[in-house]
Amino acid sequence: MKELIKQVVECYGPAGNESAIRELITGIIAPFVDEMRVDNLGNLIALKRGGDKKLMFAAHMDEIGVMVTHVDKHGFLRFYPVGGVSPLTMLGNRVVFENGTTGIIGSEKLEAQKDLTLNKMFIDIGASTKEEAEAKVRIGDLGAVAREFVDLGQRLVSKAMDARVACAVLIEALKTVATPAHDIYAVFTTQEELGLRGARVAAYSVSPDLGIALDVTRTGDTPSSITMDVSLGKGPAVKIRDSSVLCTPAVRRYMEQVARENGIPYQLEVLEAGGTDAGAIQLTQGGIPAGVMSIPCRYVHTASEMVDYADVENGVKLVKAIMETKYTG
Amino acid sequence: MLLKRLSEAFGPSGCEGEVRDVLTKELESYVPSWQRDALGNLIAVKLGTQGPRVMLAAHMDECGLMVSSIDKSGLLRFRKVGGLDDRVLVSKHVIVGSKRVAGVIGAKAIHLQKPEERNQVIPLSGLYIDIGAKSKEEAEKIVKLGDYAVFATEFGHLSDTVVKGKSFDDRAGCAVLAEILRENYAFTLYGAFTVQEEIGLRGAGVAAYALEPDFAVVLEGTTCNDLPGSEEHGYCTSLGGGPAITVMDASVVSDRRMIGELERLARENDIPVQFKRSITGGSDAGRINQTKGGIPVVVISVPCRYIHSPVSMLSLKDFEHTVKLVKLFMRSIEGGFVL
Repeated sequence: MKELIKQVVECYGPAGNESAIRELITGIIAPFVDEMRVDNLGNLIALKRGGDKKLMFAAHMDEIGVMVTHVDKHGFLRFYPVGGVSPLTMLGNRVVFENGTTGIIGSEKLEAQKDLTLNKMFIDIGASTKEEAEAKVRIGDLGAVAREFVDLGQRLVSKAMDARVACAVLIEALKTVATPAHDIYAVFTTQEELGLRGARVAAYSVSPDLGIALDVTRTGDTPSSITMDVSLGKGPAVKIRDSSVLCTPAVRRYMEQVARENGIPYQLEVLEAGGTDAGAIQLTQGGIPAGVMSIPCRYVHTASEMVDYADVENGVKLVKAIMETKYTG
Repeated sequence: MLLKRLSEAFGPSGCEGEVRDVLTKELESYVPSWQRDALGNLIAVKLGTQGPRVMLAAHMDECGLMVSSIDKSGLLRFRKVGGLDDRVLVSKHVIVGSKRVAGVIGAKAIHLQKPEERNQVIPLSGLYIDIGAKSKEEAEKIVKLGDYAVFATEFGHLSDTVVKGKSFDDRAGCAVLAEILRENYAFTLYGAFTVQEEIGLRGAGVAAYALEPDFAVVLEGTTCNDLPGSEEHGYCTSLGGGPAITVMDASVVSDRRMIGELERLARENDIPVQFKRSITGGSDAGRINQTKGGIPVVVISVPCRYIHSPVSMLSLKDFEHTVKLVKLFMRSIEGGFVL
């Protein structure tokens, strides 16, 4: 499965331009689903039939990035953040555009490092003039962090683990599920990083009986980290709350019960800040029961997001088991 | 000039009636039927016989003030309606309430201010609207709690091509939409003049829910910051640079296929266009885009300097180019452009 993870995390797909990652996933899952469609926001909605109730899984394909807003006469690009981009983690980093152009992020001279803000930063694509730069990149183009996947053995590191590792979990579960107990709608959503936008409209059109978002979550297991009872290696997390959602208790209990019955390790997650697609799904139409399974992830929204491979494998087992177990809540 | 009448109309969020009246009167002979929904959105319906169902939207409401209490001395305390800058309020002429009473926003004069007060923005609690009443009783004869106030700004020409007036955000968009509605099309066109954009994109969502168009174009008057104190990379849009197409703002990602078509039309017809070079601020497009199963949308704006203040400024050339571009897009839809 590591090869699949590498393939999906390395793909280009900042929020608002998910076509490359969508095409990649479409190609991978085609043999394992009954129907597929792409909606007006670019969500990939796949259906695998199996039962009377509709169970929607949402894993977001988009990643954080930058949007070019200005090209100066020396060929430097100014940019705005797309999603939760921190100036600290962007400085010195590389971004790549859809056409493969690579840029380096630099900064103006600063009095002190704490003065670093995104509007003092620029992208250098190696051009010397405005014309030369504009031949490669235009205002409105989206850049994504460029960083390759690294396999550290038990731990895996890459950009865009948030939430491509969850996409990989959903893909793997679709591949391996034996007999789904529901009509499984596997939705690879767009624009999550901009406000859960894809999931909101997908949930409206799918109108599921139950929605489960698959995403990453933060951990509290690094030196002087935030206080949070989630660690790498202790299993996928069943979410209780984040800033976007109070997971429907019946859904959480169902997820926990499925994990216990199948001997899958899991941890409970209370995330102080941050949201997931479940927040949008739950508030769609007249309200939809919603839960979240998260893969614990260190260094979220940096170029090097780290997950534990056992958590990923157990995450696949849990999603597969959920697909195969009737929800009666 | 319609833009003048729209600009001078009294229409803060939630009180858009006067703008609605200007539009229905102006377009009487061009729009066969109108809808008015529960929120006050005004929808011009031009049914067609073939092709997609298209929604064009521009918001009628402007930022304003609301009377929150009346002092013993007859002065009106107020709250802001929409995102006005506190610093632009003091000493402005305003019009208050349904009787359109003239008032002035007053504050402690400079002689009476403590040295430290002179260095501060006067907080809302230090401002009031003075309508010349001597007592609460006198004031209450012409103004009541909950009455709205807007800036009393006259529309005018600064040059042949540059005009000033209040609330070009988004009366400029309303005026563009009105021009589009003067022509007829083969497809079904809904011209939605929306309400309450400035207080959270409220009207557009319900209009889109009811109309369920195949796609939508939002017409805006947007920030233009090509001014001293801004580096060139912070301009957002430039006055005279042509209609501004939004790729992304805080509320929406515009549909790339529509952006591509607009660019092609601009290029082939020698219309200058610019991309909006910031992603801050939201628009009705965000709400429309997120309606039901998702509606593709693009935002086209007339660049306006000094929006959300008593007086804004725009270039009539930009305005005309925006009308031309949107008309060409409508003809392109007629010619078979679909998503």
